[in-house]
Amino acid sequence: MDKATLDREFTELYRAHLKDVYSYAYYRVGNHHDAEDLTEQTFLQAYRHFERAVAESDGRPLRPWLIRIAHNLAANLYRDRSRKPQTPIDDTQHLRTVHTTEDLVEGRDELARILAGVQQLPDDRREALIMRFALGMDNREIARAMGRTDGATKVLIHRAIKQLEQIVATPEVATR
Amino acid sequence: MTGHGAPDAGPPIDLEGMLRRALAPVDPPEDLAARLDETLTSLTDLVAEELEAWELAAVRDPRRWVDSVARPAAAAAIGAGAGAALVVLRVHQTRGRRRARASDPLDYAEKTVRAVADETRRLLDR
Repeated sequence: MDKATLDREFTELYRAHLKDVYSYAYYRVGNHHDAEDLTEQTFLQAYRHFERAVAESDGRPLRPWLIRIAHNLAANLYRDRSRKPQTPIDDTQHLRTVHTTEDLVEGRDELARILAGVQQLPDDRREALIMRFALGMDNREIARAMGRTDGATKVLIHRAIKQLEQIVATPEVATR
Repeated sequence: MTGHGAPDAGPPIDLEGMLRRALAPVDPPEDLAARLDETLTSLTDLVAEELEAWELAAVRDPRRWVDSVARPAAAAAIGAGAGAALVVLRVHQTRGRRRARASDPLDYAEKTVRAVADETRRLLDR
């Protein structure tokens, strides 16, 4: 594949998945500033390795590969900063940013409770839920992004939802 | 997998539906999309431009401002290193400031190469 074709395909990939990578980054790091940095670095890293990724993908979608890059960069970011890999999302600001007024009137408290519950999950469970519900990825895509088998991913998501149910059913835990 | 709330939690809740609403996709800021577009579009050209600028300034007087390790380090970082894109991005981000301070095109070229060397050293020092 020549350079011009490669660049064109990368541009298409980037435009198709900018929102996915940004959404993942935002829910992963909890604030817009770090999410922007993470998104930018993800695409720069992806650009460097795009040719090889295309060659090795066998025509499979590259979204899991992009999310895996973001996942690794986020892990490095927090390892460098030597702190817990999560900044609590500012519920009020977040809900105002991504939801319509109608949504908020209907269930602002409930959504905030769910969001707080997601923040309390272990990293791998939280990430699986972000990929499933924020990005709409299926089990196979999530498995590729997380480097797990399809079966292990299915179990992971099931357990994440069960744990979240328990968290939101216990008000003092959910709002911690 | 909906409606499995704890026994004393009241009516069952549509947890998956609520998760979809709580974790709604987030639009990236417009300036991020524009910035990334610009960076990715100019990435390859910029590398060539920076290296070309180095050649130009080196011919003029290499001893005056480029130390003996600057070029190999910059070339390694730009050509193959893990921080290549970062060096390019950071140098690219400061081009306006360099242009404003430069007295002529050659001076601008020198300042650009210095910036590449500085960013490379900073990266290697990490």
